[in-house]
Amino acid sequence: METYITYRITTKSTRVEFDLPEYSVRRRYQDFDWLRNKLEESQPTHLIPPLPEKFVVKGVVDRFSEEFVETRRKALDKFLKRITDHPVLSFNEHFNVFLTAKDLNAYKRQGMALLSRVGESVKHVTGGYKLRSRPLEFAAIGDYLDTFALKLGTIDRIAQRIIKEEIEYLVELREYGPVYSTWSALEGELAEPLEGVSACIGNCSTALEELTDDMTEDFLPVLREYILYSDSMKSVLKKRDQVQAEYEAKLEAVALRKEDRPKVPADVEKCQDRMECFNADLKADMERWQSNKRQDFRQLLMGMADKNIQYYEKCLMAWESIIPLLQEKPEAK
Amino acid sequence: MTENNFGLKKIEISVSEAEKRTGRNAMNMQETYTAYLIETRSVEHTDGQSVLTDSLWRRYSEFELLRNYLLVYYPHIVVPPLPEKRAEFVWHKLSADNMDPDFVERRRIGLENFLLRVASHPILCRDKIFYLFLTQEGNWKETVNETGFQLKADSRLKALNATFRVKNPDKRFTELKHYSDELQSVISHLLRVRARVADRLYGVYKVHGNYGRVFSEWSAIEKEMGDGLQSAGHHMDVYASSIDDILEDEEHYADQLKEYLFYAEALRAVCRKHELMQYDLEMAAQDLASKKQQCEELATGTVRTFSLKGMTTKLFGQETPEQREARIKVLEEQINEGEQQLKSKNLEGREFVKNAWADIERFKEQKNHDLKEALISYAVMQISMCKKGIQVWTNAKECFSKM
Repeated sequence: METYITYRITTKSTRVEFDLPEYSVRRRYQDFDWLRNKLEESQPTHLIPPLPEKFVVKGVVDRFSEEFVETRRKALDKFLKRITDHPVLSFNEHFNVFLTAKDLNAYKRQGMALLSRVGESVKHVTGGYKLRSRPLEFAAIGDYLDTFALKLGTIDRIAQRIIKEEIEYLVELREYGPVYSTWSALEGELAEPLEGVSACIGNCSTALEELTDDMTEDFLPVLREYILYSDSMKSVLKKRDQVQAEYEAKLEAVALRKEDRPKVPADVEKCQDRMECFNADLKADMERWQSNKRQDFRQLLMGMADKNIQYYEKCLMAWESIIPLLQEKPEAK
Repeated sequence: MTENNFGLKKIEISVSEAEKRTGRNAMNMQETYTAYLIETRSVEHTDGQSVLTDSLWRRYSEFELLRNYLLVYYPHIVVPPLPEKRAEFVWHKLSADNMDPDFVERRRIGLENFLLRVASHPILCRDKIFYLFLTQEGNWKETVNETGFQLKADSRLKALNATFRVKNPDKRFTELKHYSDELQSVISHLLRVRARVADRLYGVYKVHGNYGRVFSEWSAIEKEMGDGLQSAGHHMDVYASSIDDILEDEEHYADQLKEYLFYAEALRAVCRKHELMQYDLEMAAQDLASKKQQCEELATGTVRTFSLKGMTTKLFGQETPEQREARIKVLEEQINEGEQQLKSKNLEGREFVKNAWADIERFKEQKNHDLKEALISYAVMQISMCKKGIQVWTNAKECFSKM
C-alpha cells in the first residue's frame, strides 16, 4: 500500500481533437514523468519542458507538506502550459490522452505492447564518426546554454545565501524585540513607548518571515527549473549533432564507393531530410524558448523586487505608526 | 554645544578635536594616547556673540579623575557617566581598538556630552574643580589631589558590609537599587542582541552585492535582456553599500543606551551611600544604647549583662565606690557625646535622603525625556532605511521591467 498525491487537471478546449469541450482528471507525478518520456520519444526534434525534480530525499523534505506540494503543483502547471503553448507538442496524441483519459494506466499498458516505430528513433552512430562542422547557429546556442546554466547556478547560490542570512537575521530579531518588552515592565512613563517598539520589531520579523518563505517557494524553484530546462536542451542539441553525424557518415560512405551513381541513394536522402527537419524544428523551438525565457525572467525578477518592496513597505508602516505613540506627552493621556 | 548657567555667566562647552599623542608614562615607557581639545566660550547677553575664553587639551584619564572627585564630594548626586573606556558590544565590523578613528570620534562626542551634563546640573556646575578642569591647563591634577578626595572615599569593603547589615534603609532606596540592577541587566542584554542584529543585517545587504557582478556577466550573453540586467545589477551594488551608513547611524543610538547603562551604576552608588550612612547611624544608636545600659547597671548595682568588669569584680573583689563613680562619669560623658553625634548623624541622614531624592527625581525626568528621544530617533532611522530599501528595489524593478 502506498500514499501519494494526485493533482487535478482541468482542460477546456475548442479543438476538434478533443471530443468534449471540458475535461477534469487526476494525475500523479509518475503520470507526468510518463508523459514527458513519451513526448521525448515521439518528438525527439523538439524541446520538451522540464519537470520539477523527481527524487526527494525522504526525511529531509516532507513530501506531504503544504509548501512542497504547492511548489510542485505550480511547476507541473507550468509544464503543461508550456506544452499547450507549443504548436506541435500540443497536438501530440499522448498529451491528449494524458488530459482526457479516465484510465491512464490502461493506455500506458497498451502502449507498451506496440512496437516502437524504428524509423523515428535516433540510432547511435557507430564507428565514432566525428561531426565535420557544427552549423554556427547551433554552436552559438550550445555556448550560450553553457554560460546561461552557469550564471543561473551562481544566481541560485546567491539567492540561497541571501535567504540563509535573512533567516539568521530573523532569529536575532525574534530575540531582540522581546527585550524591549522586558524593559518596559521596569518603567513607568517609558513603558508604553518601549512596548510599542517591541511590537514594531515583532511586525518586522513577521514581514521578514513572509519574504523568506516567498523567495523559497516562488523564486528558487523557477530558477532551478530553468537550469533543468537548459540541461535537457543540451541533450537535444547532442541528438541533433548525432543526426547530422549520421547523415555525413552515410554521405561519406557513398562518396567512397566510387560507383558511378548519378543520384544520391534514397536512404541518404531520408537522412538529409531528417537532419533538415530536426534543424528547422530546433531553430523554431529555440526562438520560442528565448522569447518565453525573456518573459519568464522578467516576471521572476520583477516578482523578487516586488516581494522586497512589500517587505519594506510593511516595516515602514509599522515604524511610522509608532512615532505618534513615542511622541505622546504623558499629560495628554 | 549648549548654553548653561555657570555662576552668572552663560557658557558654551565643546570637545572639538581629538589628537594622537605620544609621551612617557609613569614607568618612563613610551605610550600613545589621545588628547581632546576642550573649548569654552562665554556668551555675551547683549548680542549673543560667543567669545573663546579657554581652550586646553585633556586626556581620558583626567576626565576619570574629575569624575572620581565628583563622586566623592557629591555622593547624593547621580553623577553623569563617562563614555566607555574600552569598546564593548562590538559587532564584527566595528573595531575594538581604542585608536580606531570611529571609536575616537564617538568618544569625543561622549566626553562632550559628559561635560555638558555636568555643566547643566544645578549643583555640579558650581564646583571649583570642574571650573578649573575647563580653565587651568597645568597643575590641575595636583590641585585635585590636594583636595585629598581619595582619602575621603568610602572603602568598597565598608560599603559592601553596610549593604548586607543595614536593618532599616529607606524603602525607596531599596526599590531604586533593584531598579538600577534590572535596568543594567536589560540594557546590557539589549546592546548585546542589537550588536548581533547589526552583524546579520550587514550580511544580508552585502550578499546582494554579488547579484551586481553576476547580472553584469549574464547581461554579456543576452541581447534584449542585457541592458535591463546590467542596470539592475548596479542598483544591487548601491543597495549593498548603503548598509555602512545605516549601521554607523545606529551606533549613535547604541551610545545613547550605553550612557543610561552607565547611569544605572551612578544610581546604585547613591543607594550605596544611603545604606552606608544608615548603617553608620544604626551602629551609633546601638553603641549609645549599650553604653546607657552599662551606665544604668553601674548606678543600680545590678548586673544584667555579662561584662568583663563584672567577672573581674567577682574574682578580685568589688571596686571601690570612688572607682565606680569615676566610671559612671566617663560613661555619662560618652553618652552625651554619643547623643550629640547621633543627633547630627540623624540630621545628616535626613538631609542626604532629601537631597538625594530631589536629584533622583530630576534624573528620572531627564532619563524619560532622553530615552524617549532616543527611541524616536531610532524609529526615524528605521523609517529612513525602509524608504531607501523601497527606492532601490523600485529602481531595480523598473530595470527588470525593461528586460
